[in-house]
Amino acid sequence: MATSTGRVTGTARDRAAGADDGARGRGGPRKAGPFRRATSQYWYAWAMVAPVIVVTAVLIGWPLVRGVYLSLTDATEATMGRTIGVNVIPSTYEFVGFGNYVDILTSGVFWEKLAWTVIWTVACVALHYGIGLGLAMMLNRRLRFRSFYRLLLILPWAIPGFVAAFIWRYLYNSDFGVINAMLRAAGLGGVGWLDDPTTAKIAVIAVNVWVGVPFMMVALLGGLQSIPAELYEAAEVDGATPMQRFRHITIPGLRTVSSTVVLLGTIWTFNMFPLIFLITGGGPGSATEILVTYAYREAFTGIRNYSGSAAWGVIILLLLVVMALVYRRALRRQGEVW
Amino acid sequence: MSTATAEPARPRRARGRDDRSVGGSILLHATLIVASVISIFPIVWLVLTSLKPRDGWLSTELKIFDQPSLDNYVRVLTETGFPSWLLNSVIVAGLTTVIGVFLASTTGYAISRFRFPGYRGVMWMLLVTQMFPVAILIVPLYNLMAGLGLLNQIPGLVIAYMTVAVPFCAWMMKGYFDSIPREIDQAGMIDGLTPFGTFWRVILPLARPSIAVTAFYSFMTAWGEVAYASVFMTGEDTRTLAVGLQQFVGQHWSDWGLLTASAVLIALPAAVVFLLVQRHLVAGLTAGATKS
Repeated sequence: MATSTGRVTGTARDRAAGADDGARGRGGPRKAGPFRRATSQYWYAWAMVAPVIVVTAVLIGWPLVRGVYLSLTDATEATMGRTIGVNVIPSTYEFVGFGNYVDILTSGVFWEKLAWTVIWTVACVALHYGIGLGLAMMLNRRLRFRSFYRLLLILPWAIPGFVAAFIWRYLYNSDFGVINAMLRAAGLGGVGWLDDPTTAKIAVIAVNVWVGVPFMMVALLGGLQSIPAELYEAAEVDGATPMQRFRHITIPGLRTVSSTVVLLGTIWTFNMFPLIFLITGGGPGSATEILVTYAYREAFTGIRNYSGSAAWGVIILLLLVVMALVYRRALRRQGEVW
Repeated sequence: MSTATAEPARPRRARGRDDRSVGGSILLHATLIVASVISIFPIVWLVLTSLKPRDGWLSTELKIFDQPSLDNYVRVLTETGFPSWLLNSVIVAGLTTVIGVFLASTTGYAISRFRFPGYRGVMWMLLVTQMFPVAILIVPLYNLMAGLGLLNQIPGLVIAYMTVAVPFCAWMMKGYFDSIPREIDQAGMIDGLTPFGTFWRVILPLARPSIAVTAFYSFMTAWGEVAYASVFMTGEDTRTLAVGLQQFVGQHWSDWGLLTASAVLIALPAAVVFLLVQRHLVAGLTAGATKS
């Protein structure tokens, strides 16, 4: 990932790599026109990248542009052009500028959903990382049955997301679910887990933690194993306590892995559609609805509000891009080249 | 295991990394056992429920194994649309994977090996497209599919999944190509191969295991996708598994017996393959960052 390195570093790396003719010629004398020179030098790289560029442009670029345009109109199911049999009904929606955005940003719903989405993301990622790191450190010790524990602990990751959602919905079921059955057996009353906003929120976070910890654990375990054992031995000789070793060897040693998995985890959790959609359907009311599921519901239930949903989508994307940029800058300030 | 035998020469010797007291060992194992139980309990319960007789899931008693029967499995396979949903899912996910990996492998190689004008742009594009929330593309894509008459058609869903699969596959493949030493490319070039020849004849065969892992992961992504499938595939015979299963536990009628049995049928093969390749998965996902 050399996206943040300057041109100089990039060139130096290429020269070290040596596989690239282009870098060597970059500082050389310019005989032919710059465009022709570039074409003759880089045409194979461009040709190899071309298929993905074309597909991305057609399948992501065009819909994105169109989505942004829709978000500036008042398109709904009723005004959208469509074809019924042989009759073509033309579109009647109009350009309304930033009206949709103003509506969304001034509505209480948006800030409510944003607050819950932030709580959901922060709680999930913090628990993923904390539990994942704890388990990884335990598994990194010399331990009997280590691979057996490891196998059991990564199993949730092997279950497809929508299947996990259904399993948990059954466990939470207030009448037939095993969680309530256990509570009743213990003499406590059953709880309508998915009927109350607070317990429903706790319930979906718990499921996402169950689903997401294995990935963090395995990634961090890989990071821990790549820290040279000599560092720990040297620290032991110098009399460092376990806490000091953790702070000064483990944490810095895990930094590159951590920065990636936290970013990935944040994006995944922020956009975690299937769990919430399938477990609570956003309910009760819209208490567990995160931004993504809300935008989806806006577009595909009731009178389909295409323009409003597109505006939500644009806002969500902007939030994520800003977050990634801030995150990257924070890392760079700490001296990480990401 | 005890540190009591501290040498007199080093009186303040700190506790070593792998030394721990008996109590510490018990605590460690106890924590891991609790965590493992939490981790596997839902899966075990799923399997047990699926093996109960027809209305066994209605029972609230905590009987572990009561009159095991394959009734639910028989019903799922003979009385529901499960077989055709399964077929649809396999076709959609299979096509997505093959096309995605095929398109993405050259790009992965190019951004792993060459620094060309536009390199940074491509890297950014791949990264940003992975953040795209479903909400922003789904409406335009839906309208596009409706216009082209591709709603409720398998190709339509495959095209929609390309938006997820292609950037992702390119990213994974780049990580793997980075781990193949560049000296091998150079050897190929010295022997007179063009950059394409090197890629096709030398690198691609070497990358076969990683292609398998990338393919598996994108297969799983398409296999478990809910949002696009729920909107694009509404016809009775074009549903994929993620959509079809929602029928079993609707608002007015639910049969958890059917649901648990089909969940086991879906999860079992996926879990087996997953456990075989999982070591490579993490390496691929984080490779982009750790090997810069």
